[in-house]
Amino acid sequence: MGLPDVASSVILGPWLDEYIEFASRLPQNEPAALAQLRNRAIAGFRENGFPSTALEAWRSTDISEIAQTPYRRVPSASVNTSPVDVVPFSYVMCGELVFFDGHYAQSFSSICDLPEDAVLGNLRDAIRTDPDKVQTHLGGYVPFEENAFAALNTAFIKDGAFLHIPRDTVMKEPIHLLYLTTGHENPTASYPRNLIVVGENSQVTIIESYAGPEHGSYLTCPVTEIVAGEGAEIEHYKIQHESAEAAHMASQHIYLSRKSHVVSQSMSFGGGYTRNDIGATLNGEGADCTLNGLYLPSGTQFVDHHISVEHTRPGCRSFQLFKGILEDSARAVFNGLIHVHPDAQQTSADQSNRNLLLSRDALVHSQPQLLIFADDVKCTHGSTVGELDQEALFYLRSRGIGEEEARSLLIYAFASEFIERIEFSPVKKDLEKFLINRLPHGEIIRQAM
Amino acid sequence: MLEVKNLHAWIEGKEILKGLNLTVKPGEVHAIMGPNGSGKSTFSQILAGRDFYHIPEGEVLYEGRDLLELSPEVRAREGIFMAFQYPVEIAGVTNAYFLKAALNAIRRHRGEPEVDAFDFLEMIQDKMALVQMDDTLLKRSVNEGFSGGEKKRNEIFHMAVLDPKLAILDETDSGLDIDALRIVADGVNSMRDPERSFIVITHYQRLLSYIVPDFVHVLVDGEIVQSGGKELALELEERGYAWLVKHPADENHSEPVPDQV
Ligand SMILES: Nc1ncnc2c1ncn2[C@@H]1O[C@H](COP(=O)(O)OP(=O)(O)OP(=O)(O)O)[C@@H](O)[C@H]1O
Ligand SMILES: [Mg+2]
Repeated sequence: MGLPDVASSVILGPWLDEYIEFASRLPQNEPAALAQLRNRAIAGFRENGFPSTALEAWRSTDISEIAQTPYRRVPSASVNTSPVDVVPFSYVMCGELVFFDGHYAQSFSSICDLPEDAVLGNLRDAIRTDPDKVQTHLGGYVPFEENAFAALNTAFIKDGAFLHIPRDTVMKEPIHLLYLTTGHENPTASYPRNLIVVGENSQVTIIESYAGPEHGSYLTCPVTEIVAGEGAEIEHYKIQHESAEAAHMASQHIYLSRKSHVVSQSMSFGGGYTRNDIGATLNGEGADCTLNGLYLPSGTQFVDHHISVEHTRPGCRSFQLFKGILEDSARAVFNGLIHVHPDAQQTSADQSNRNLLLSRDALVHSQPQLLIFADDVKCTHGSTVGELDQEALFYLRSRGIGEEEARSLLIYAFASEFIERIEFSPVKKDLEKFLINRLPHGEIIRQAM
Repeated sequence: MLEVKNLHAWIEGKEILKGLNLTVKPGEVHAIMGPNGSGKSTFSQILAGRDFYHIPEGEVLYEGRDLLELSPEVRAREGIFMAFQYPVEIAGVTNAYFLKAALNAIRRHRGEPEVDAFDFLEMIQDKMALVQMDDTLLKRSVNEGFSGGEKKRNEIFHMAVLDPKLAILDETDSGLDIDALRIVADGVNSMRDPERSFIVITHYQRLLSYIVPDFVHVLVDGEIVQSGGKELALELEERGYAWLVKHPADENHSEPVPDQV
């Protein structure tokens, strides 16, 4: 496992040095469980190193360049830009937590009146003020044994969002989590750590946005753990607009209890190198999980999604729709696993990955997988890779629509299956606006949709 | 309006049109009949601007301009409309909005003001009535899941809204039930005027008893082998195409020899 020994010690050296420096500044009174978690994570990282392409999960994902780039954490946030100037998305909401270069920026954040017993704030503070609420879940869902990036994030746990909603509580307004990288001369790193725990029969909408300057080499390495209590309903969006040279290496896991309902939709637009490891465990009867994604890499962008859905209890439903639009010499990897455990009878699981290649140089590796150990299940999976439909293009043009407009219309139509599934209309509108701006002669879309 | 001279077209190393000639004047209705695979759709696709044919020889003039130079969208904006034999299904593009965008592209080209959604809905009411289009077909994706007949009706509806100068209908009658055939024919007839021309491709004389053509042409193996008035369609209905097909053995005859019935 990992890179060859000699090389790997050279490569790991700077990362481990940074951890030692980081650890030396940690508060003495850190909860023991957290200290142990860090130790396990960094020890695992030290032993396994960065994954090589010999590992199945990283077969098409060569991260050696990331491993060799001296990404360093920014010691503290020094910020003079307002997030509004930087972020393409802005919403009216109940609460907004803003992070600059991985550090919580309290003065830019706002937290509304929360329902009784609800907690929203920086994870670092919650570790002190609500240790029990944090300890029960932190590090319990995202595995880091085979994922060096999740391991690094876990070792560097500090700032990030902590949301804890008690039972029977409906959060009417959404919560926005905003992670901005501000642009530095040298490559920087941030390790946002998010923990979202939603109590029985409670409801919330959460939006995670990641953005950076137009240019700049940096690493964003977030981990988000989402825990849905019985009957909880969660709508989660992740919108990624990192800079074109950035690496975005993210892990996310959703744990679903009985009759909980989670919809998580991810949009990957920026980043030179993006990896999204998304996991879900349907661990209570009647749980329902939807994971959708849209990615549109161009230039030399690379986007990799690794999805793993575990059905461990009977009568659950999962649904996945990942759509990719690739231009220029962009590359995408999709690897989706549905694992139905022996107990999980009456499982319904659907997965599809559809890709539209707009250039001959674009490339997709798509690998849906089913592992089924129960006999009474309904599973479908499929993947397609295609080009723009020339018949459709001609049909549109023959009615008077210009060639570029017709192309944009068809590209948008391809994405619309994803867009239509977005329930929260400000996100949907912003996505529409983004695509209209991004596609040549995009105004046609406003006209024709 | 349209002058096609000695048109040759190839695809994948195969010659499909072998010197086609046709002249269409304003206000005329020309019917083209002919066996399967004789090149009728190829001809209409070429007129609409399909670019995958190789055209080594021949000329197509539309209102005196070289039509083959123009992109499909410019042809449409200049007044050419082709109703597809197999209308294409386009998931995710709403029929009505797409048509509005098309109409506005054409209007911009003609220097006319664009219509907004409100004007558009108003102006399509009578066109919808014309082909008895169901409202719900407007809100659905273009042709997606439409029945065969609904697709053909939708083509005629598009034609009525886009108001072309030259309309080419490629087997718009096939797949229509008797009532729908009548509705589509009435739609076409109501659009006939001295400035607008039609090329109607069909296999069946029945359509031509509703849309009475000025000329009937028979396309066989990439060439128009016979032209005549509307009676020719009746004759074809009775006798088929065999008597017109030029067999190498017939080349010596100056007149085709009718079959002995
Ligand atoms: N894209 C293509 N690739 C290969 N061959 C083609 C293509 N398009 C047309 N052809 C061939 O050209 C010939 C003429 O086809 P065309 O569709 O023009 O016939 P048609 O007269 O419209 O027939 P029908 O009455 O069945 O509609 C056929 O032999 C067809 O197979
Ligand atoms: Mg045909």
